Amino acid sequence: MKKTLFDKIWDAHVVESIPDGPDILYIDKHLIHEVTSPQAFNELKERDISVFRPDQIVATADHNTPTENQHLPVKDLLSRKQLKELTQNCEENNITLYGLGHPYNGIVHVMAPELGITQPGMTMVCGDSHTSTHGAFGTIAFGIGTSQVSQVFASQCVLVQKPKKLRVNVNGKLKKGVLPKDVILYIISKLGTNSGTGYFCEYAGNVFEEMSMEGRMTVCNMSIEMGARGGLIAPDETTFEYVKGKEFAPEGEDFQAAQAYWETLKTDEDAEFDQEYSFDAEDIEPMITYGTNPGMGIKITGAIPMEGGKSDAKALAYMGFKPGESLLDKPINWIFIGSCTNSRIEDFRQAAAYIKGKQKAGNVNALIVPGSRQVAAQIEAEGLREVFENAGFTLRQPGCSACLAMNDDKIPAGEYCVSTSNRNFEGRQGQGSRTILASPLTAAATAVSGKLTDFTKHLN
Amino acid sequence: MEKFITLTDTAVPLEVENVDTDQIIPARFLKATDKAGFGENLFRDWRFDKNDEPNPEFALNKSEYKGSILVAGDNFGCGSSREHAAWALKAYGFTVVVSSYFADIFKGNALNNGLLPVQVSPVFLDQLFAEITKDPSVEIMVDLEAQRIRIPKKDISENFEIDPYKKTCMINGFDDIDFLVSKLDAIKEYEQKRTQKLQGTTAL
Repeated sequence: MKKTLFDKIWDAHVVESIPDGPDILYIDKHLIHEVTSPQAFNELKERDISVFRPDQIVATADHNTPTENQHLPVKDLLSRKQLKELTQNCEENNITLYGLGHPYNGIVHVMAPELGITQPGMTMVCGDSHTSTHGAFGTIAFGIGTSQVSQVFASQCVLVQKPKKLRVNVNGKLKKGVLPKDVILYIISKLGTNSGTGYFCEYAGNVFEEMSMEGRMTVCNMSIEMGARGGLIAPDETTFEYVKGKEFAPEGEDFQAAQAYWETLKTDEDAEFDQEYSFDAEDIEPMITYGTNPGMGIKITGAIPMEGGKSDAKALAYMGFKPGESLLDKPINWIFIGSCTNSRIEDFRQAAAYIKGKQKAGNVNALIVPGSRQVAAQIEAEGLREVFENAGFTLRQPGCSACLAMNDDKIPAGEYCVSTSNRNFEGRQGQGSRTILASPLTAAATAVSGKLTDFTKHLN
Repeated sequence: MEKFITLTDTAVPLEVENVDTDQIIPARFLKATDKAGFGENLFRDWRFDKNDEPNPEFALNKSEYKGSILVAGDNFGCGSSREHAAWALKAYGFTVVVSSYFADIFKGNALNNGLLPVQVSPVFLDQLFAEITKDPSVEIMVDLEAQRIRIPKKDISENFEIDPYKKTCMINGFDDIDFLVSKLDAIKEYEQKRTQKLQGTTAL
C-alpha cells in the first residue's frame, strides 16, 4: 500500500493497536520543562512508579524564566520554586537538564533541534503544544497534556488515536519580503483555526523545499494554530546538512546509515490524504493578524473583513478595531522578536539586515529575545548585538518571554504589540495586551517606523 | 479517576467560539506545582475586571446559571496544551463540557481527568443555548453508556461519539497509566526488535 511520510513514521512506532481504541505509540524523545512536568512527577511518586527510560528525556527551563540577570536567583518565588522542583525531579530521576545558565539552555523547541536531539523519523512529545515545531525534520512531534507526560515517564509510550492525514501544498515563487511566518499565517487565515483538528499535516511543494530549517520550523510550529496536532516536512539535503555535526547527531558511518534510512522518509507517489489544500506562493504577502486567534489574519496592506465569524465582534472590540478598517499607519508602541516560532539565528539576521543603519521610532519599545544561549552567542559572534543596540532595541537573555508573559516581560494593558510569536489570544502577552502576529521583518519595520507600514516598498 | 456514568444537572451557557486555554486559565496561574486551586482562577480575566471585581455580564457570574455542565461555543479548548485548563474546569465544579467542536489536546486532557467532553451538532448546540437562556433551570441529562445527551423536559436529544476505549476508562474510573504499565513487557519487546532493525541507523 502507498504510504505517506506520516504513515511510515507512525507505523514504525506502534507497539500495539488496541481494537476499537488508540494505538500504543512508542516515543523516541520526550522533552520536558518546568511548567507542565511537576504534576506528572508527583503522579509517579504517588503511585511509586519509576521513570522507565530517563535517557530518552531531556529537560530545559524556559517558560517562566527571567530574561535579565539569569545569573542571580529568580526573583519571582513561585517561578523559583517551579524551577527548583524541575532540578530536583531531574536529579532524582537521572534526567539530563539544561537549566538556566547552562550553555545549552533555551526554549525547548529551539534548543533540541540545534543540539541534534531532533532527528528525522523520530517520534517526539513534550507538554507543550508547539512541539509540532520538530516536524520540520520529518519527525512526528506533538504536544501532550500533563497526564500524558506521566504516561511517557512510566512507559515511554502514549495512547493516541492515529490522526487523519492532511497535506498543504504551496508552490511558486514567494514575493520579496514574504517570510515563512507569512506563509503559515496565510495558510491559517485561509483554513481557519480548527480546520486541522484531528489531522497531522504534511507541508509539500517547492516553497517548503526551498526553505531553510529555521523557516520550516516556523511553519511546523504553527500547525497547532489551525488545530492540527502536528505538521511535518519530508527530510532532504537541507535537513541532513543541518543535523550533521550537531552535538547529539550520529557521526561518521552511523550518520551515513542514518541518512540512508532518512532518505526513505517521503510520501509515496499516489499515497492518499484525507484532505488536501493547495495555494500559490504568488498570492502570499506579508501578513498581520487583527483579531484574537491566529486565523484572523490579513495581508498588511489589506482591510479587516466586513463579515466575520460569530465571535469576531468580541475579538474586534477587544482589539479596538472595526470591520473594514485598514491597519496601515496604526501607531504601535511595542514589538517583540522572539518565541519558539521566530527566535532562531535566521530570524535575527533578517531583522538586523533591515534595521542596520536605522533607528527605532521614539514611541517604540523593541524587545529582542533569542531562543537559546547558542542563538545568543551567535548573535554576539555575528555582530548583530551592535546592530540591535545601535538602533535602540533591547536585547535580552533567552526564554519564552513575552510570548506568554509568565515572567516580567509583559505588554501593558491596551497596548498593541507586533509580535513574532504564535498566539494573539486575549491577554496572552499580559492582561489586556493586544497582539498583532507578524514576521520578524514586519516587526523590525514596525519598530523603525513606529506604525504598521508597507515596508515592501523600501526593500532593495 | 472518578467514575462517570450519567449526569442530570442544569447548565451554564458560554456562547463564545474558539475559547482558548489561555482564557480558561491564564498563563500567570501556571506556576503551581500541584493540581489544587485552579478553580478559583478559571476564566479569570473574563470573570473579573481589572480591579478584581466580578464582571456581571459573564455567564459564570450570573446567578440564574448554575450546574456542573458547561455549554460552550464551537472549537472549545484550542491553543496551549496546558492540562491546567481541565483541572480548573473540574475544580470549579464542571463535570461535562458540551460544544460543537473540541480541540484535540484539550479533549484528551479532559478525558484523562474525568471531565467529559460531549460533542454535539451545531444545530443541537444552538437548541441547547436557546433552551438554557429561556429557562436556566432546565435540566440536561448526559448518559455516557448510551452516548446520549437530552433535555428530558423538551424531549430533544442527540447521540454523541466517544472513543470506546476512553468510554470504558470513564465508566470504570481507569486511567491510561495503569493500562500502559500493564503493557511494559510488550513495550520492552518492541524496543528490542526496533534496536535490532535500526542498529547503526537512527538513534533511539
